[in-house]
Amino acid sequence: MNNWPLLSLLIWLPMVGGLVVMFLRDERQGLARWLSLLVTVVVFLLSLQLWAGFDNQQAGMQFVEQVAWVPAIQAQYHLGIDGIALPLILMTTLVMVLVVLAGWHVERRIEQFLAAFLMLEGFMIGVFCALDALLFYVFFEGMLIPMFLIIGIWGGPNRVYATLKFFLYTFFGSVFMLIGLIYLYLKTGSWALSDWYVEPLNMQEQIWLFLAFLLAFAVKIPMWPVHTWLPDAHVEAPTAGSVVLAAVMLKIGGFGFIRFSLPVTPDASQELAWLMITLSLIAVVYVGLVALVQADMKKLIAYSSISHMGFVTLGLFVLLGALADPARQDALRLAMGGAVVQMISHGFVSAAMFLGVGVLYDRMHTRMIKDYGGVAQVMPWFTLFAVFFAMANSGLPGTSGFVGEFMVILASFQAGFWLAFLAATTLILGAAYTLWMVKRVMFGEIHNPEVKKLEDIGSREAVMLTVLAVLVLAIGVWPEPLLDMMNASVTHLIELAAHSKLG
Amino acid sequence: MNWYQALTMILPEIIMLAMACVLLMLQAFLPERRKGLIHILALVTLALVAILTMRPYLVGSPVWPESILQGAFVRDRAGDLMKVFVEIVAFLALVYGKQYFRVWQEKAEDFYILVILSVFGMMVMISAANLLTLYLGLETLALASYAAVAMFRKIGLSVEAAVKYFVMGAVASGMLLYGMSLLYGATGSLQLSEIRTAVAALPAHDPLLLLALVFLLVGLAFKLGAVPFHMWLPDVYEGAPAAVMSFIASAPKIAGFAILYRVLVDGLAPMAGQWQGIVALLALLSMGLGNVVAIAQSNVKRMLAYSTISHVGFLLLGMLSGTAGYTASLFYALTYALMSVGAFGLLMLLSARGQEAETLDDLKGLNQRAPWLALMMAFLMASMAGVPPFVGFFGKLYVLQSAVEAGQIWLAIAAVLFAVMGAYYYLRVIKVMYFDASENEQFVSLPLDAQAAISISGTAQLLLGVFAGPLMSLCVWAMS
Repeated sequence: MNNWPLLSLLIWLPMVGGLVVMFLRDERQGLARWLSLLVTVVVFLLSLQLWAGFDNQQAGMQFVEQVAWVPAIQAQYHLGIDGIALPLILMTTLVMVLVVLAGWHVERRIEQFLAAFLMLEGFMIGVFCALDALLFYVFFEGMLIPMFLIIGIWGGPNRVYATLKFFLYTFFGSVFMLIGLIYLYLKTGSWALSDWYVEPLNMQEQIWLFLAFLLAFAVKIPMWPVHTWLPDAHVEAPTAGSVVLAAVMLKIGGFGFIRFSLPVTPDASQELAWLMITLSLIAVVYVGLVALVQADMKKLIAYSSISHMGFVTLGLFVLLGALADPARQDALRLAMGGAVVQMISHGFVSAAMFLGVGVLYDRMHTRMIKDYGGVAQVMPWFTLFAVFFAMANSGLPGTSGFVGEFMVILASFQAGFWLAFLAATTLILGAAYTLWMVKRVMFGEIHNPEVKKLEDIGSREAVMLTVLAVLVLAIGVWPEPLLDMMNASVTHLIELAAHSKLG
Repeated sequence: MNWYQALTMILPEIIMLAMACVLLMLQAFLPERRKGLIHILALVTLALVAILTMRPYLVGSPVWPESILQGAFVRDRAGDLMKVFVEIVAFLALVYGKQYFRVWQEKAEDFYILVILSVFGMMVMISAANLLTLYLGLETLALASYAAVAMFRKIGLSVEAAVKYFVMGAVASGMLLYGMSLLYGATGSLQLSEIRTAVAALPAHDPLLLLALVFLLVGLAFKLGAVPFHMWLPDVYEGAPAAVMSFIASAPKIAGFAILYRVLVDGLAPMAGQWQGIVALLALLSMGLGNVVAIAQSNVKRMLAYSTISHVGFLLLGMLSGTAGYTASLFYALTYALMSVGAFGLLMLLSARGQEAETLDDLKGLNQRAPWLALMMAFLMASMAGVPPFVGFFGKLYVLQSAVEAGQIWLAIAAVLFAVMGAYYYLRVIKVMYFDASENEQFVSLPLDAQAAISISGTAQLLLGVFAGPLMSLCVWAMS
C-alpha cells in the first residue's frame, strides 16, 4: 500500500463519504450512521497505515504528493507530513470515530449532521498535510462552513449568536494572514512552504508577517485576549461539535505557529517572544482563575482549554532566546516537544471532558453545576471515568496531561524562575477548578430529584470513554513512542527557527 | 482583408441580431399555443452563438487582425471568452425566467427577445474598437434593459424602477458621450488605438484630456454602479422583476468590465497615472459602502444590490495593476456573473404568483422545504463572501494579489476588512435558511430545467473553486 496516495485518501475519503451521506434520504437514518462510522473507521485504519510507513529518523516531509493545482498563480496541490503532523492526524482520525458515536442519537437531520462532520474531517486532515500555503489556507478556511452549520443548526438556544461570532472572529483573523501569504508569494514567486523557509526577509517585513500570522492563529488556538468566541461556541455547540472544536480545531492554531510563524519569520519570533510569553502566561493564570468561577460545566472546560493551550504557545516561544546557546539545546527541545505533546494530550483529555458533559447533558438537559450533585451514587461507572479525566485535566503524573505540562515547566526554568513559577500555578489552578467541579457534580448529597433517575452509561458511551482513557493513560506512563515520532521533526523545527533570515 | 473574411468574423453578432428580429416576428404572428417555440429558439440561438464564438479555437489557433470594418470592430481572445460567458449566463437567466413567468402567469416572450437583444448589445460592446461602436453597443443593451425592467407595467414599483433606471442611464450616457466628444476633440479620432497613440503624444496634464477622462469615468461608474454613482442601483434591483434582475445584474458586469478595459487600457493606457487614482477611490468607496449598507437590508434583493456594488469595487481594484490585474478583474467579472445569476435565479424560483421572494423571511427554513436548493444557495452565498474553496475566494485572491503586487497593500487590507463585513450578511442568508424554522411546510417543487440550471449555478461555484486552475489559465491566456 506504500504507493497509494495515502494523504489524499485521508482527505478525500471523508469528503466523498460526507457527500454520499448527505444525499441519503431522511428515512435512511440508520444507514447514514453506519456509513459514517464505517468511513471514519476506515480513515482511522488508513492513518495507522501512515504511522506504520513513517520513518521516525527522517526530519523531512514524508508521503509527499505534488501536482500542479492552479498553474496561473503557481499554486500546487502539495501534501506531506512530518513527525509533528503525524500524531495530530492520528489524533484527528481517532477522535472523529468517537465523534460519530457521540452524535449517534441526534434526531434532527442526522444525514446533514454527519455529512458536516465528515467534510470537517477532510478539511482538518488537509490542514495538517498541506505544504502549499494557498492549499493550507483553503483547508484552514474551509473548516469554517461545516462548523458554522454544526453549531448553528444543532446547537443550544443562543446558537446563532455563538456561531456568527465564531465565524466572523476566525474569518477576521485569517484574512490578514491571507494578505501576508500573498506578500510572501509575490516575494518568492511560489506558495511552497519550503521556499518560504529559505527566503531572506528583513526585520520589518518579518514583524508584519508575524503579526498577520499571529492574528490568524491566536484567534484559532485561542490566545487571550481574542479567546472570547470559544466559550460561547463551546456552550452552544452540540457535544460532538464541542469535541471536534476542542480536540482538533484548537490544535490547528498551534500547528500554524509551528508551520508558519517559527520557520518563516524566525527573527521576528525571537523579537516578539516576550509578547507571546506574556500572553501565554496570562492565559495560563488569568483564564485559569476565570475557569474557577464558572457555573456552567461546558464553559468551565472551555476556559480550561484556553488555559491549557497557553502551555502550547508558552512551550513554543519560551526558550527562543536560547536558540544560539548550545548548552540549552536540550531544554529547547524539551519546551517545543512539550508543546506538541500538550496538543495531543489536550486533544484526548478535552474530548473526554466534553463527552462526559455530553453524557450528563443528554440525560438532564442542563449543564449547570448547581443542578447536579451526588451523581456518583447513581452513575458509578461514569464517575470512575469522570474522576480519571479530571485528574488528567489537572495534570496528575501518570496521565498524558502531566507529560506535556511538565516538559514545558521544566524548560521554563531555563528562562527564569518566576516564569516557571507562574506556569506551574496551572497545576494548582487546574486541579482546583477541575476537581472542584467534579466534587460538586459527582459527590455530596443528591438534592435534585432528577439526578436520582439517572441511568449509568451504556455500551456506546463506555466504548468512547474507555478508548480515550486507555490513550490518556498510555501516553502518561509511556510517552516514548510519541516522543520518538516527533523528535527528529522538533529538532528540525528548532534548526529552522535558529536560522536567521536577516541580511 | 476582404468582406467575406470580415463577415465570418462577425457572424455570431449577425446571427444574434437576425434572431432577435425573427423572434420579434414570431412573437407578433405565432398563435398563442405555439409561443413556447420562442423560448426554445432563444436558447438554441444562445447555444449556437456560443459554439460559433468558440469554434475557431476548437479547430485551430486563429490569429485575429488588429481590427476590422474600418477599425470599428475587434475580435480577440479576451473578447471571445467574455462573449461565451455572457451567452452562458444569459442562457441560465432564460431558463430561470421561464419558470418565473409561468408562476406569475405573465407573457415571457418579450423578456426572451429583450435578453437576446441585450446580449447582442453586449457582444458589440465587448468587441468595440471604436468609441462609436462602443456607444452603440452600450445603448442597445441599455434600451433593452430599460424595457425589461418595466415589463410588469401594472406594478408601480416596477415602473418606478424603470423610469429611474432610464433617467439615470440617460444621464450616464450623456456623460459618456460628452467625454467621448471631448476625447475626439483632443485626439482627433474615435479609434481607440489611434487615441492611444495621440494621448501618448500629448502632455499628461492636458486639461482637455483630463476633462474627457473625468466625464468618461463618471459615465462608466454610473453604468457599473460604483459609489458615489450608485444611487439608482438598489431601487432598480428592488423594483425590477426578479427574472430581469438576475439577467441585468450578471451578464452586463462582464460587458462593463469589457468597456472599462477597452476605454481605459486600449484607449487611455498612457494616462494610467491619471485614472488609477480615481479608480482606486471608486473601488474603495464601492467596497466600503456596498458592504456596510448591505448589512442593514432585510430585503434580499436590496441586499444583493449593495453586494453588487461591493463586487464592482473589487472589479475596479483589479484595474490598478497592469495586465495581471486586468486578468484578475476578468476572472472576477466572469465568476461574479455566474454567482449573481444563480443567486437571483434562486430567488425567482422561490417566488409565488404576485409575490416575489425577496425578504429574508421568504428564505426561512428553506433547508426543510428544499434541502438541495438551500445547499445551492449556501454555495452561492459562501462564494460571494469569498470563503474557500468556492470560486469567489479565488476571484478575490487574484484581485488582492494584483493589488499587493501594484504596491496597494493598504487598499488590499481595506478590501479584506470590507470582505469580512460582507461575510456577515451572506452568512445571515445561510442562517435563515438553515437555522430558522420555516413558516410554511410546503415543499418546493421545480421543473427539471430550473432544477438543472440552479444545480449548475451552485455546483459550478464549488467545482470552479476546487479546480480553479483551468479557468484562471484561460483568463491568463485570453489576456496575453
